[in-house]
Amino acid sequence: MTDSIVKTVELKAPVSRVWKALSDHHEFGQWFRVKLDGPFRPGAVSTGKMAFPGYEHYPWRAIVERMEPESHFSFRWHDFDEKSGVAIEDQPMTLVEFRLEPIPDGTRLTITESGFEALPDHRRLEVMRGNTEGWNIQAGHIAAHVCDAN
Amino acid sequence: MQTDTQASVAPVFAALGEPNRLVLILRLSDGHPQSISQLTAGMDLTRQGVTKHLDVLERARVVAREKVGRETRYRLRAETLTEAGDYLQRASRQWDDAVERLRLLVEE
Repeated sequence: MTDSIVKTVELKAPVSRVWKALSDHHEFGQWFRVKLDGPFRPGAVSTGKMAFPGYEHYPWRAIVERMEPESHFSFRWHDFDEKSGVAIEDQPMTLVEFRLEPIPDGTRLTITESGFEALPDHRRLEVMRGNTEGWNIQAGHIAAHVCDAN
Repeated sequence: MQTDTQASVAPVFAALGEPNRLVLILRLSDGHPQSISQLTAGMDLTRQGVTKHLDVLERARVVAREKVGRETRYRLRAETLTEAGDYLQRASRQWDDAVERLRLLVEE
């Protein structure tokens, strides 16, 4: 893994309530700002349209990975690049994982988005040959180091 | 050059995800272009190994190749790393906004 975004938030709501907001496609759409065509199902493609102001025409496409009630919800999704002319299903995908834990006042939710280094398959093979494990590198920190040095 | 999509930053993150390439980036980070010989010195890699990594970095626009006389030297393109960092920061802020909307929805 190279870079990932991790958000940990404590919500004053029971795990069951938070789970519903994540896994119910109507509720998910409300806070994520996407209008989904149908329910989330493990292994299934989820389609819809973004409802973000200014991005209403952007398609949403995701592949649901795991749905473990009140515990874990994850999907891979596309960051759509409408200017590239590449079909959305050929765009790279990142992995989004939601983990829920009960805490005394409600729920601890951890959101992780990873896989920003995802490449088309032919490039990924080349990268994997060179990869070793154990490195967690922050591109931002490197950029800062480099900019400071310059 | 468009820099605000995952497809355009993905090669940069992939290039950073390999420890030897990271060493090469850090060695070039003082801004001085260096030759393959200079970069190979002190690394546990053959010249060929270093060249392959520099090719990956060049394709990802993290380094640029230039000729000084008869010698080829490599220079770090710091702006590429900054763009990749900016991309992550933007995505991070989008998540912050989404989390606040989630909070409003679930907390009564």
